[in-house]
Amino acid sequence: MGGLLAYLVSLVIMAGIFAVFCLGLNIQWGYTGLFNIGIAGFFCIGAYTSALITLPMPTGVYAQYVQQVFGLHLPFIFGLLGAAVACGIVAFLIGIPTLKLQEDYLAIATLGIAETIRLIFNNEQFLANGPQGLMGLPQPLQNLVSPMNYNYIYLVIVVITMAVVYFLIERAIRSPWGRVLRGIRDDTLSAAMSGKNIFHFKMQSLVFGCMVMGVAGALYAHYTKSISPDVFTPLYGTFIMWVMLMAGGSGNNKGAILGAFVIWGIWIGTSFIGNLLPPLLQSRAPYFRFLLIGILLEVILIYRPRGLLGEEKRISRMSD
Amino acid sequence: MAELFVYGIIYGGIISLGAIGLTLSYGIVRLANFAHGDLMATGAYVALFMVTAVLSWIGIPDYTLGPFSFGWRMVIAFPVAMAAVAFVAILFDQILYRKLRMKDSGPVIMAMSSLGAAFILRMILLILWGADSLFYRPGFMRQAIDFPLQITIMPDEILILAVVFVLIFLLHLFLEKTKMGKAMRATSDNQQLALISGINTEHIIMWTWGIAGALAGAGGILYGIDVQLNPYMGWDLLLPLFAATILGTIGNIYGALVGGLIIGVVQQMSTAFITPTYKPAVAFIIMIIILLFRPKGIFGGKN
Repeated sequence: MGGLLAYLVSLVIMAGIFAVFCLGLNIQWGYTGLFNIGIAGFFCIGAYTSALITLPMPTGVYAQYVQQVFGLHLPFIFGLLGAAVACGIVAFLIGIPTLKLQEDYLAIATLGIAETIRLIFNNEQFLANGPQGLMGLPQPLQNLVSPMNYNYIYLVIVVITMAVVYFLIERAIRSPWGRVLRGIRDDTLSAAMSGKNIFHFKMQSLVFGCMVMGVAGALYAHYTKSISPDVFTPLYGTFIMWVMLMAGGSGNNKGAILGAFVIWGIWIGTSFIGNLLPPLLQSRAPYFRFLLIGILLEVILIYRPRGLLGEEKRISRMSD
Repeated sequence: MAELFVYGIIYGGIISLGAIGLTLSYGIVRLANFAHGDLMATGAYVALFMVTAVLSWIGIPDYTLGPFSFGWRMVIAFPVAMAAVAFVAILFDQILYRKLRMKDSGPVIMAMSSLGAAFILRMILLILWGADSLFYRPGFMRQAIDFPLQITIMPDEILILAVVFVLIFLLHLFLEKTKMGKAMRATSDNQQLALISGINTEHIIMWTWGIAGALAGAGGILYGIDVQLNPYMGWDLLLPLFAATILGTIGNIYGALVGGLIIGVVQQMSTAFITPTYKPAVAFIIMIIILLFRPKGIFGGKN
């Protein structure tokens, strides 16, 4: 197998994981209008929960160097489910004080929870080994092929997960439940006057979206096999996914996936920038690339707020 | 504990300068400005650029000023940096938020745009200065002054407090005595009413950004003098800023001052009980408690 193919596979795996994040965010922002900028926090919880569920408790020499609050040594699928449940619980708790208030309060609160979660994992050594993080996360079906070819298996796992999440959300959004969400997004007052409990529906959307993000976080953790709190900075963990969704088209699940692939492609495609810079500045190349992504977001917001694929006009098969 | 309280007042004063700008732009422009912390960082770095580059090229000597840790160059750099950040704030409004206002893009899209602006500013700082922490004068030992109750304070910190209160007093005079100040307060109270009274809102918005930017710049420099400069400092300040703004009721300038002082004191005092790295989380917890029990803040009346 060629090096190029292996490279493409790793690219698609990462883009696919980001696509799952964007699908989760799309439920909240695209369909309900919830402004969640704490994705990094749910990313973190999902990754750590799955790690703790699938890793064994360290024994022998390792126990001196690695601390974990628990280690269940369960199969991968339990890690995914556990990640979703943990994120759902945190989302529920954060929804209570914020969802009855104006939209921007949720943004500020999610921002805070993301930072707080990162601080907790950084400082509380007993929880998951503090700043060193956890390593050697098990990968599903890893004995099936040689480690060199393992990425092909993981690619299939990521694509299947993405497809399942996609069809689940499509199904939900086309249901009466999905129509209420869009009603709340477009005109909260009319939705309330039609007897819909705004708070409950917003809460369901927030929890559902964050559960999807938890799954994506777990997928990421088992792909890189090692996690530490530094991965989940707001920069890397939140901003790029927002740009992906806005670029692809909020309110459109195909757009969410497309956006993840396009922006990740741009991110990888601009890695040549480092070579153009003088040697002194080469270590700062990632900042140039993030600057470009930031400018791209501003351009999208002003000139193409609907993204590449706008929301589909008719989404229910009942209405013609 | 008494010492931590005093440090809290000093840190809280700096937070107040930022929170006043944030509450002004929140009340008048209707924008939750996620770039406000990074405006503060920008001010700190513009002053650094002035002190270490521009003024030394011009050939202005940097004699140490009395008991303080900085010299004459800082006296010049301070107002220049304030003006520069005011300019940056107005510029961002003209090229980003104004376009979104014209298109009726809604508050969340505007907030998202300010998040983008925050990243753009931070990336520019990282590109120009790198990720390491910097000081206005590295390796400069400052003489501390001893006060009763085992409180030791740097002369710098007394000056910081003085500057904070002078700036806030000047703002108070501006808002109470000038026509523009009165128009700003009117717009903050009721935008529709202000519009039909013939107040030019776009003009008011420019002034708002100018003042918010200048205060943010000042706050950033004072933070840089007190602690250090870091491109991520704006991020660390953002949660305390929002907590102070919400605590003091959005749109209320004096509330932002009180909110800033409270947040500063609680954050500093918390270090006696828990690891100092949890300081941002402390601001966050206070904010959640306010949102749960008094979402309109201490000056907002019953919900």
